[in-house]
Amino acid sequence: MNAVYYISSVVAVVATVAAVTGLNAVHSLLYLIVSFLAVALIFFTLGAPVIAALEVIIYAGAIIVLFIFVVMILNLGDVAVEQEKRWTVGKMWVGPALLALVLMAELVYVLFQQTVHHLPGAGPIQPQDLGATLFGPYMLGVELASMVLLAGLVGAYHLGRRRQPDETAQERQEPVDAGARR
Amino acid sequence: MLHLLFLVPILPFCGFVVLALFGRWFDRRQVAAIGVGSIGLSALFALLVGFDFVIAPPAGDHFSQSLWTWINVGGFSPHIAFYLDSLSVIMILVVTVVGFLIHVYSAEYMEDEPDGYARFFACMNLFVGSMLTLVLADNLLLLYLGWEGVGLCSYLLIGFWYTDPANGRAARKAFIVTRIGDTALLVGLLLLFTKLGTLQIQPLMEAASAHWVVGSSITVAAAGLLLGGALGKSAQLPLQTWLPDAMAGPTPVSALIHAATMVTAGVYLIARMNVLFTLSPVIQTTVAAVGAGTLILAGFSALTQRDIKRVLAYSTISQIGYMFLAVGVGAWSAAMFHFMTHAFFKALLFMAAGVIILGLHHEQDMFKMGGLRKQTPLVFWTFLAGSLSLAALPLVTAGFYSKDAILAGAWASDAGGRWLWAAGLGGALLTGLYTFRMVFLTFFGQVQTPFHLKPGLRLLLPLVVLAFLSIVAGFLDLPRTLGNQPWFSDFVHTSLPETKEIAGSVERNLQIVASLASIGGILLAYYFFLREPGFVRRLVMTPLGAALHRFWFVGWGFDWAYDNLIVGTYVRLARANRADVFDLPMRGIALINQAGHIVLSRTETGRLRWYATSVAFGAIVAVGIVVFVT
Amino acid sequence: MASIPMEQGLLLAGVLFAIGLTGVLVRRNIIFVLLSLEVMLNAAGLAFIVAGYRWGQPDGQVLFLFVLTMAAAEVSVGLALVLQLHRVFKTLDVDVASRMRG
Repeated sequence: MNAVYYISSVVAVVATVAAVTGLNAVHSLLYLIVSFLAVALIFFTLGAPVIAALEVIIYAGAIIVLFIFVVMILNLGDVAVEQEKRWTVGKMWVGPALLALVLMAELVYVLFQQTVHHLPGAGPIQPQDLGATLFGPYMLGVELASMVLLAGLVGAYHLGRRRQPDETAQERQEPVDAGARR
Repeated sequence: MLHLLFLVPILPFCGFVVLALFGRWFDRRQVAAIGVGSIGLSALFALLVGFDFVIAPPAGDHFSQSLWTWINVGGFSPHIAFYLDSLSVIMILVVTVVGFLIHVYSAEYMEDEPDGYARFFACMNLFVGSMLTLVLADNLLLLYLGWEGVGLCSYLLIGFWYTDPANGRAARKAFIVTRIGDTALLVGLLLLFTKLGTLQIQPLMEAASAHWVVGSSITVAAAGLLLGGALGKSAQLPLQTWLPDAMAGPTPVSALIHAATMVTAGVYLIARMNVLFTLSPVIQTTVAAVGAGTLILAGFSALTQRDIKRVLAYSTISQIGYMFLAVGVGAWSAAMFHFMTHAFFKALLFMAAGVIILGLHHEQDMFKMGGLRKQTPLVFWTFLAGSLSLAALPLVTAGFYSKDAILAGAWASDAGGRWLWAAGLGGALLTGLYTFRMVFLTFFGQVQTPFHLKPGLRLLLPLVVLAFLSIVAGFLDLPRTLGNQPWFSDFVHTSLPETKEIAGSVERNLQIVASLASIGGILLAYYFFLREPGFVRRLVMTPLGAALHRFWFVGWGFDWAYDNLIVGTYVRLARANRADVFDLPMRGIALINQAGHIVLSRTETGRLRWYATSVAFGAIVAVGIVVFVT
Repeated sequence: MASIPMEQGLLLAGVLFAIGLTGVLVRRNIIFVLLSLEVMLNAAGLAFIVAGYRWGQPDGQVLFLFVLTMAAAEVSVGLALVLQLHRVFKTLDVDVASRMRG
């Protein structure tokens, strides 16, 4: 089991790096799916089989698919790949990489203050326990989560609506300026 | 009757309040009635109080009347209180009577004023009230109030015709120069209060003579500061520059303020605080030296002036120099006597000059006058009486007796008495010379500008009264050699220290020499300005003569020196600080904010990734603080 | 079930989070920004699971569920905004939408 964990973690990291640095949107999304599958496997090894399943179903299966739908709607094509090449030049990675490294350093420092815990592993968490906890102490959270989903639904519908012709006419002024302002 | 003392200063203040508040709704006659009437009533009460004081002197030869407590703070409680002794009696009589005559005169003199008639009388009343407060004050704080009040009125009245900026400049100059003296006086007051614990004059002087050693530095400081104040107000060296320019005001103002009363406030101060000055012989000698120097300096300047009023202004400076000389050598009664006679003849001279100026349509240049003796005989005779008194014609004029008393006192003085006497003598010669130059240029010779005025009774009656007084007042104090009736001196000596006496024969010799000087001056004037005017004209055209003439004409260069050294320096400094460096701490806050704004507004790029970076950075810093610091 | 030290699990979560953060800050195409954001959310969820694993309680997994829900809602709204951005500005460059500048 430990070996599975370590191999999956390597795969996850590599796939994530590839996703973040990719030039083609669809390729990056596919790499991301691989990353999520690896993370799901990690969840399984850590005794959360329900969550592993949910990761695959919802995260990889719904959210990424939604991304892919939008990319298909936008119909970017090779022009987009060329654009990405221009936009992601090497030296732009330096600053953010530095910030990320500093954050990592802080995290590492905190983690290795403590003694290393080797856990015997009491066994995977059963779905029954999860359900009882979910609808027990975290009942309020569940209701709130449903409201968040409702809000997301309404918001997505409203924001994604194709606007009336006169509304878009006003905003059509901006693109000319926006393109020039570089 | 003495308890009516408070009416003497209060009535002019009432006149001021009425005229200031309601003056615009009265017509000329009512304004004049209120303005002149208040001073008239004040004079009446002053005469009543004076008579009562002389005939039935109160105990201790002084009378105090306290009206109310002015301030009461931590042991410091000056009152609005009046103190009457022989010194104050003389002062209030002169101020109110001469003031009343001048007010009557100005009721007709200022009639051509388009507006400002009420303003004039309001300011004049305020002035008389302040002057009376000054001389009647029981404590130095009230005296200072009166002091400031007369300074204010001087400013208001010099700049009476305020539409001409030159008048405003003259008024400002007067105010600023006297302010320098006033500041010295204030510092002196503070010093006296801190050291002696009281500002009431009589207790203060007793405390000073009890606690202070003669000639110690504290007495020098206190007396010196008071002297500074006196120099400013009385236009003596080095603060004399304002008085000639103050002639920009109307002639009655010059007569009242700048001849008879305000400029003598310095002499009064020194006389009133005589104990402090006798405690400090250095300062007292300085007073005498300043007086002697000023009288010579002003005499030469008077000799070269063209404007009749400026001659009289320099003459005033010179005569007050005599008064300073007198108090400087300890001849207190002589100083007060000369103050009184000077008030009479100088006011007379100014008022007569005013009639002439009015009649010649505001022509003041003497070289454009001439032959007026036939055109206005009454003015001529009164002016002549005043001039003779000023020049101290022997035996028949008041000026002779007062000036003679001063010269005798100077001779008797220990500290350089002979030099002081010589200066006084030279001054007497000069006085005769410039006075009669003025008389001959104005009244004799060819008529250049005809006289176009029918002076009314209000203009002429004060002239006659003062001419009479200029002759007769001298007989109030006959010296030992000429009748020995020192009524005036005896009266003054009930409140001021005695003067040193000199031997009768010495005094007679001095009188003869002084008489010769006066007559000599008059005769020289006759020769130089009537018989042979060409001689002087040729003299002035020589290089040395022209240079001297110019030097004396501009008042020995004091104005030039002050302008360049003091005013010029200040203006240069102000110009150097044009960017106002000292405002930088205030503006700096705004400037820093602006700079900060410019810098920080560059962080609002509107770009999402920039904001995300700042969030990440902030998170790192926060985590870092939590992990490493706490 | 594996027996992994909690620190290593959290370290993995941290690494993934850092990668996602870098992606958010660097990429200019908004699709990639949202994508990196999902990476970050996933990494945070992983941290919750590791914590639940350490204590042997289901609470960590419950919180992961909430994170998941929220991520779903956020993605749908975000992608709707992406569509609007594309319609208005005709580009997916996130720097173009800088009217809040200054």
